[in-house]
Order: sequence, then C-alpha cells, then structure tokens
Amino acid sequence: MTKGTEGDRPDHAKPELQPRGARHKGNRPINQAEAAERFLAAPRHQQQHDTRLWTLRQRRDDQMWAMPEWEEMRSLASAIKEHTLSHLDAYLEMFEANAKANGVVVHWAKDAAEHNAIVLDLLQRRGAKTLIKSKSMLTEECGLRADLAKAGVEVVETDLGERIQQLDDEDPSHVVVPAVHKLRTDVAKVFAATIGSDPENDDPPYLAGAQRDATRPLILNAGAGMTGANFLVAETGAVVVCTNEGNADLCANIPNLHIVSVGIEKLVPRTEDLAIFVRMLSRSALGSPITQYTSHFRGPRKGGEMHVVLVDNGRSERLGMEEFWTSLKCIRCGACMNTCPVYRRSGGLSYGATYSGPIGLIIDPTFNARKYSNLPFASTLNGSCTNVCPVKINIHEQIYAWRKVLVRQHETPFVKRAAMKAAGALFSRPAIYRAAIERTNDALASLPRFVIYNGLNAWGKGREMPHPPAETFHQWYFRNRGGRP
Amino acid sequence: MKIGLFIPCFIDAFFPEVGIATLQLLERFDLDVVYPPDQTCCGQPMANSGFETDTSGAEALFVRNFDGFDYIVGPSGSCVHHIRHHFTGVEQTAAVSEIRSRTYELVEFLHDIIKVDAFPWARFPHKVGLHNSCGTLRGLRHANASELREPHFSKPESLLCKVEGLELVAASRPDECCGFGGLFSVVNESVSAKMGSDKVRDFAQAKADYIVSADSSCLMHQRGCAERDNVAIKFIHIAQILNGAAA
Repeated sequence: MTKGTEGDRPDHAKPELQPRGARHKGNRPINQAEAAERFLAAPRHQQQHDTRLWTLRQRRDDQMWAMPEWEEMRSLASAIKEHTLSHLDAYLEMFEANAKANGVVVHWAKDAAEHNAIVLDLLQRRGAKTLIKSKSMLTEECGLRADLAKAGVEVVETDLGERIQQLDDEDPSHVVVPAVHKLRTDVAKVFAATIGSDPENDDPPYLAGAQRDATRPLILNAGAGMTGANFLVAETGAVVVCTNEGNADLCANIPNLHIVSVGIEKLVPRTEDLAIFVRMLSRSALGSPITQYTSHFRGPRKGGEMHVVLVDNGRSERLGMEEFWTSLKCIRCGACMNTCPVYRRSGGLSYGATYSGPIGLIIDPTFNARKYSNLPFASTLNGSCTNVCPVKINIHEQIYAWRKVLVRQHETPFVKRAAMKAAGALFSRPAIYRAAIERTNDALASLPRFVIYNGLNAWGKGREMPHPPAETFHQWYFRNRGGRP
Repeated sequence: MKIGLFIPCFIDAFFPEVGIATLQLLERFDLDVVYPPDQTCCGQPMANSGFETDTSGAEALFVRNFDGFDYIVGPSGSCVHHIRHHFTGVEQTAAVSEIRSRTYELVEFLHDIIKVDAFPWARFPHKVGLHNSCGTLRGLRHANASELREPHFSKPESLLCKVEGLELVAASRPDECCGFGGLFSVVNESVSAKMGSDKVRDFAQAKADYIVSADSSCLMHQRGCAERDNVAIKFIHIAQILNGAAA
C-alpha cells in the first residue's frame, strides 16, 4: 500500500484519523488547549508535524551559520520595516503613483468586505467565472473564497499545499506550508475523494502529479488570476512574489487579468532593500537560500490588465497601538511557528484563526479580542520566536503585553480573575501566607491552590505531583539558625 | 558584602534543600547572608497571567523585605527575570529600581559578581544534562541561544566544569522549552506535559543520569513527567551540585 519512502506510518498499522482544528462557537473564545489535546491524541500526526517543523528550524540555523552578517541583516531588515511603517502614508502614495505610471490600476480597500467586493466587481465586469490564485494569507484573512463562491465564481488554489487545504475544506495551518499537519495518507484520501486519484497510492510525487493533471486545464482556461505579494517596492511600483512552485507566475501570466491582493504593510522603499528581505525570507522560512521563483511584476502584459488592491483591514488601527505596531513588520516567513514548541505540538488549526503560532497570538486579537482571548495564553513565553524572527519582532514580549491588555478588558475567565486577586492578597500578607502554607505541615495541601488557580487536577493528568518535603525552608532555617520561628 | 537571600515561594514549600544549598554555598564565600523571614512571592504568577495590578502587594512586600542589601540573590531564574524585567506592579521609585538592578540569580551572581574560580568541596561523578530555563537563557542571558548567531558561552556550564568528576551531556534540542510556563502547565496541560516528556526523553537519550537547572520550577515539571513515563533520570538544582551534594 505504501509506495513512498518517507515512513509516515508503519505498514501494519491502520491509518490514524486526521485530527481536526479548533471548534468555532460564534464569537465565544476559541479553546486552543482543547484542540491541541485532540492533536496530541493523534501521535503519528503530531510526531511528523513536530519533526518536519523542527527540521525547518535546523535548516534555518544552518543558513544562519553560513551567513556571517546574519544578525546585522536582521537589524537592517527590522530598521527598514520600522522606517517604512513610520512613513507608511508617504510610501503608499509613492507606490500608488509609480504603479499607476506603469499602467497598473490601484484600488484601496479599508476592510475585508471592501476587498472582496472590489475583486468580485473586477471579475464580474469581465465575465470571469474562474479565478486561479496563488497562496495569500490576506485572502484567507478576508474570507475571499467563500464570498466568491457565493457569487458563483470558482476559485482554484494553485499552491499545492493550499490546494490540498481547499479540497479538504480546511484553513491553512501554517503560513508557508499550509498542509504540514497532514500525513500523506490524509492527502491521498482527500485527492481520491475530490480529484479521483488512486486512494491506495500515497506516494508524494504521484499525488503532486495527480493534482497537477487535474488543475492544469483549470489554470489554462481561467478567466482571471490572483496573486498576493511578498513585497511592494514604493520607488518603482513593483510587486514582488516569492514561490517555490512557480504557480504565482502562472496566475499572473496566463489569464489576461492579474489581480494582486496585498496588505498595506508589505511595502519597502527601494529595490535595493529587497536585497535584505529576499535573502532573509526563504532562509528563515524553509532554510533554503532563496525561493525557486522571485518574480517582479511591474505592469500589465500587452493586452492584459494588472490591478493592485491595497488592503487595510485593521492594519492602520494596529499601527496606532503602541505596544503592538511592530507586529506589522512581519514578512510571513513562519520561522516563529517552526521554532515554537507549543505550535509544533498543537497543530496550526488548533488556534482557530487565520494566523497561528506565535505571530498569530499577537495579530489575531487585533481582529477580535474576545474570540482570540485565549491565544496569548497558549505560550510558555520562552522567547524562541523572538530570536528567530528575521525582522526582530519582540513576539514573546507582545504576547506578555497582550495578556495584560486582555485582563484589563476583562477578556479572561472570572474564576482566574478571582484566583489571581486572592493570590495577590495572600502574597501581600506574610503572616497569613505563612499560616496558610504551614498550617497542615503539608505544603502540597495548600500552596498550589493559590499558586495554581484551579488546583492540581490538570497538573496530575499527564505528570506526577511534586513530593511535599517534611518541612519548608523557612521552618528549617529557624530550626537550625535560631531566631523567630 | 551583605546579601539578601531570596527564597521563592515554591522553593520554600517544595524544595527546601535548594534553599539550604544556596544559603550554605553563599556562606562558603564569606558573605553576610541574611534571610528576610517575611518573604512570600515575587509576583511572577500573577504578572505572567496578565494580572499586573494583583502583583502590587507582593511586589511592594518584596521591596520592603529587600531594601538595603548590596545584592539580592535567589536560586530561581524565572523569578529573578520577573524582578529584573517585569516588576511593574509598583511605582518605579529610585529604591525600586535599585532593588531590581541588585537582584541576581545565583549562577550569574557566582559567575559575574564574585567570580568563583573553584568549588574544591564539590565532586559529582555523574553524567549531567544542563537545562537552561527560558527565563535564564533568553531572559537573563546565562548562555548563548541557539537561534542567534553569536559565540558560544554558558555561565552555568563554566561553573559546572569546575566540579570534579562531572560530565556534561547535551540534549539534541538544547534550547527547547520544557513546557512548564507557570499557569501554562495547567491551562494547557496536555501540551505542557508532552513538552516535558519530550525534554526528559531527549536528556535520557543523551545518557544523562541527572538533569540540572537553575530553575526548580522546570525541574518540578520535568520530574513529574519522568515519573509518569517511567524514565529513570534524576533531577538536581545547580546550587546543590555546586555546594557539594554527593548525589
């Protein structure tokens, strides 16, 4: 049955069901921990996920060690982004003017609804019934596919991972490798059900070929093409797209209409600035020196049209948030996800949001503080994310800052608030504290109720409890050193 | 030199031997070590959960307890990290800033301030895996972080290398967080426990007899995972080894 060589699963075992992501209940807070627990209950999925992403992290480290100026590059990349964001209005207008001069039509969308309406209008005016697109987190953020489907436009994702996710009706679980949480047996199942491939064949080249055969005719006959953009160059009006599959080039070059959907934070001032970012992007993301394709789109082809939709969708508001505006420096490399020990063990879909992993924890609450109020707590604050970030976003410090904001906004459970208040009061009163922890001569019986708000039940599920000592340090000290007990 | 001995609440309650080793070790260097008896908690559990205002009582008490010392030294990296980097529940007066900057984690105090060059009383003939907690590694910068392109250095390693017979072994993922994370360990217990199990297994595969750390909270968590998984590995705080613990 297994024809590949990757060793996803032992031949004798029956396939493990793919764990699904977080459950959405309207605007109620996403329970990331619950979804992560289900992911962990599928050990083959979890182990492969962890191994794949850790491998990316190791390859990233290899690239880092191969480049003596690595830390200097991070500082430069960060400085360029901070400069650009601090003068965003001017650079956006510069980009618009230069793009227009190149023959590009520039649109401005204040939010997701406006973006989707602009795209739909462009398609409908030209009678385009099929849109081929390359991967774009922004269009995920805007819910573009669902809106276009309602209007009768068929959307075909052309990035392999994103196509897998589309056919499986799942969100991408990672910004760079959208189907990384799936085993190849899961992919075989999805393809068998949707494009009619052999359900018994889970050989990756076979699966990629089957998808290619099924999608090529759709690409060749599409009415319009859409790409995202990794970078916009203000001084030239160029749109830069980095892919490994070359699919963005098909989307941009085959249909006559090329629509670029891009967030306003993707600007860099000059072409030479790209030298920093293009060198950092793929090294940080996949540990490869550069993506297979780095395409610069400067204007429409002869007889064709090129449109750029500049999307705000909350970015201006984020830019005004003193503690969180630097999250806009993000170039969506996914390095923070690859290194995150929580993400690797939870799966990206457990976050129930467009952006998962560490960067998601600090971006998602800007879209909906209530729904994503648990996410900033899905972290140990270990700081590895901050260290791998190629644009030096202080991710773990922003996670910490979000916790304070969410508590101030009362987006935390009552029981936790009450327990923290009680703990804070107890720790302010030494005599009462001392009596509380020593009253039974069994520290375990009382201290954790105050230190750990919901008792030790959850602690004891997967771990043994600590062993309470015969006496506290405090008791030992006064027994041995004299003085007041 | 007058030292205020900072014994974090959970060390007082669960790991008195770590407090004792810290006290005895500091006294070996002829320091005047004082244990202020009214100490409770530094405020970290509330602060890490976002409840900054609920830390103010504990932080104000910390300031009262530790005013006037040359240095404040405690055997817990994450607590010292809180005091140095997050202690914002109280007004930032000159006295508060002074206390924050004079608070040291034990390893950095021994390494940076009194610059210990030998532990002649210490002998530990075992294979030891060093666990740098995230607070000490990336917060206090005890050692180089594997994510950064920077030269190798490690304060705890350089101290442990002075212990006779001790052999350091390395985990395959040297800087991977063990998953304790304070309240994270109960709110996200399944991920936390999995991270701890993976960490312990990594050290076991490196043939470590002991996992040593400057943070008892990480050790408490990892020990719970090791016992649940029946991994035969022992846990010890770095203060105990440096103070000459036999095993």
